Amino acid sequence: MNNDQFPEFDFSDTTSDFQMNRREFLGMAGSGIFLFFTIGDLSAFAQEVPGRRPPRNLPTDFNAYLNIGEDGRVACYTGKIEMGQGVNTSLSQMLADELDVSIDVVDMVMGDTDLCPWDMGTFGSMTTRFFGPALRSAGAEARRVLVELASEQLKTPVKNLATENGVVFDKANPQNRVTYAQLAKGKKIERHLAEKPPVKSPTEFKIMSTPVLRKDAQEKVTGKAKYAGDIQLPGMLHARILRPPAHGAKLVDADLSEAKQVKDVQVVREGDFIAVLHKYPDVAEIALSKIKVKFDKPASDLDEKTIFDHLLKVAPEGKVVATEGNLQTGEHEATAILEATYLNAYVAHSPIEPHTAVVNIEGNKATVWASTQTPFGAKEEVAKELGFPPENVRVITPFVGGGFGGKTRNLQVVEAARCARLSGKPVQVAWSRKEEFFYDSFRPAAVVKIRSGITGKGRIGFWDYHVYFAGERGSQQFYDIPHHSTIAHNSSWVGAPGSHPFATGAWRAPGNNTNTFARESQIDIMAAKASIDPVEFRMQNLADKKMQRVLKAAAEKFGWKPAKAPSGRGYGVACGTDAGSYVASIAEVAVDKASGTVKVKRVVCAQDMGLAINPEGATIQMEGCITMGLGYALKEQIHFKGGEILDLNFDSYEIPRFSWLPKIETVIIDDKNADPQGGGEPAIVTMGAVVANAIYDAIGVRLFQLPMTPERITEAIKKG
Amino acid sequence: MEENVQFKLNGKHTALIVDSDRALLGVLRTDLGLTGTKYGCGESFCGACTVLVNNEAVRSCQTAVRDVRGKEVVTIEGLAKAGTLHPLQKAFMQHDALQCGYCTPGMIMNAYAFLRKNPRPSLSDIMQGMDDNLCRCGAHNRIVQAIQVAAKEMGGGL
Repeated sequence: MNNDQFPEFDFSDTTSDFQMNRREFLGMAGSGIFLFFTIGDLSAFAQEVPGRRPPRNLPTDFNAYLNIGEDGRVACYTGKIEMGQGVNTSLSQMLADELDVSIDVVDMVMGDTDLCPWDMGTFGSMTTRFFGPALRSAGAEARRVLVELASEQLKTPVKNLATENGVVFDKANPQNRVTYAQLAKGKKIERHLAEKPPVKSPTEFKIMSTPVLRKDAQEKVTGKAKYAGDIQLPGMLHARILRPPAHGAKLVDADLSEAKQVKDVQVVREGDFIAVLHKYPDVAEIALSKIKVKFDKPASDLDEKTIFDHLLKVAPEGKVVATEGNLQTGEHEATAILEATYLNAYVAHSPIEPHTAVVNIEGNKATVWASTQTPFGAKEEVAKELGFPPENVRVITPFVGGGFGGKTRNLQVVEAARCARLSGKPVQVAWSRKEEFFYDSFRPAAVVKIRSGITGKGRIGFWDYHVYFAGERGSQQFYDIPHHSTIAHNSSWVGAPGSHPFATGAWRAPGNNTNTFARESQIDIMAAKASIDPVEFRMQNLADKKMQRVLKAAAEKFGWKPAKAPSGRGYGVACGTDAGSYVASIAEVAVDKASGTVKVKRVVCAQDMGLAINPEGATIQMEGCITMGLGYALKEQIHFKGGEILDLNFDSYEIPRFSWLPKIETVIIDDKNADPQGGGEPAIVTMGAVVANAIYDAIGVRLFQLPMTPERITEAIKKG
Repeated sequence: MEENVQFKLNGKHTALIVDSDRALLGVLRTDLGLTGTKYGCGESFCGACTVLVNNEAVRSCQTAVRDVRGKEVVTIEGLAKAGTLHPLQKAFMQHDALQCGYCTPGMIMNAYAFLRKNPRPSLSDIMQGMDDNLCRCGAHNRIVQAIQVAAKEMGGGL
């Protein structure tokens, strides 16, 4: 992570870029043993996320590599980044285990575009799922290479050798041994094996599948961990940028004269882009406030209440996500038909670290430090802004203080590059909290319409599902329904121009929070209509064994006793799938009917994520999902008037706090023989529905809109 | 107005010629290079900038430098003594009481001041005492556990 930890890889005097091939790379890299590997089909991988820019130049034959150095340390270079999700630790575990070294000698070098091969970005719970297996097989391959080298050196056949803790030894005579460090000494070896050795089977795991504490904790508890805003360069200026009062507002007039009077301030302007720079950010802020400015704000009737009608009006034609049987037949066979519309508000990412970047231009080269989930995207964007070839731009990603899908656009990085170009100085742009809210790419407001029917036997007979603007992730239902149709109107979380009054984007498990809230609420409505316990109703409508297993695990952990809702107990259940994982959550709530406030007392969540590489890290991610999910379930919503964002800090935009904390219990169904699946997002998708269903169970009132604020709850109680 | 401001910072005497209206947060981070204290919201809502002033938890984004004149300021960098981590720091590590780590310094400093006043806290005391420090990753339950364990280990003293 830290640039100066790896001085042997200082490429500052080269034009290194991973558009080169391995051979060129080896020519300039340090010594030791190198293993190159590719994660999947590079071009297919690049196409996986819709709407994302395609890479300009893919690396020719690899996109990650590892190095075993003369000091016995193992470094893995990857364009992935660490933003709290703990992949620094889980990737180290995989590599250490396959290579038979201590996790303490593994260094993950992440998100540095000069040192690491191209990567699309860190999102979609893809790191462990896609990168993990490739990293493991590279580790296994490296271990095999080391054994072969040792075989030559120890004059012992490969089959007689074993490895442990960075040492290759003769099984018959353990004194006949050589360390990895000794094998790497003075060499520059690139090996490829004709036959790939197998990765370890779960029974051989020593580090994987056991709980490991975070590798970055010490830096983070001592204040030593560096984030982009902690980068200070000689002569660096802090920029404050003039902002419009609303999205879509046009600058009419700006009087900069008074701002220019502030001592040591530099004011730069290019068209409507105006920035004030000073060596202290707080002084730049004062100077910015002295600019006299006039904006024209476009009129708009859109706000958090009218947005849903607008979205339905401008919604594009639907795209079929899944369909089977015949809906008309299903309707005909149904004994009860239920129809509902579900709404959710725009929600902010609100990482505690606002978007930040530092750009230093030296001659025709630029070095960038950025809080970003997409360092290689930032590299291209800065190159374009500066008119430099991309290979002249290096992006270093220090620790990122939370992302959640919100740090993929790099607007602040381009702003810092622009300020550096205009001022001729190194510049830091660190957004204020107000800017962070204003320029967020919110989780979109969205609408889901469902028509569904049950048969006399308590089976779901048909399912007609339309989602507008949330995106299709998580929209596909997984129950055993003979006649069903799922249609997405706007299949991603970004709308066409004219859809949303400001930017929208991916928000932790994008689309899925909205879809799971709607689906699992509707399932509960059907269960209540059929007078069947909601867990039982789900069980009898599921054919998917994995989902049955997680639901059973959650119910057992919770101590679920069947009863039809509303039982007055305040128990709710919800199931979901995301990023290859299965989750089932059960919550207990208490509702104060007079005030409409909800206290979530207990949440049990069971998750099947295949092989859990770091059960400790996976548990923490589940706990984080549950806690964060309480926010969009109960409180979080952006108020706005057209392009004007009315919530600009944590006073009016309330995120979960310690006092909200329920008792959290997690169950990981550790399927050691299955491939690892996503862990950073799945457990958040059920939080809207599980709370809504628990509220219904408590007071017999159904909420159809997120967040479920006290106002909405009291209103729903009044309506009965 | 620029003036001479002196205070004790992490146990060391510190003298600055500085516009004393400026916020302590900016002065710590830029003038003094102590970047462990973080900017989160700028209006004292989130607690990422929490430092100790005379052992009280204070939001450094809303504290003018002149207000710490003659006082004792401790930041996250000053918590470990002679290379030994404070029990709170150790407990945060042992309980994985952090994810992205950005709110962590503020959490630890607030917990320190809280435990001084309330050395044997109940679970709900901790939740109340920490309620104005925000974490977005959802590490709350781990933070509560870490503070409980640190409190026990400290046995009522700091």
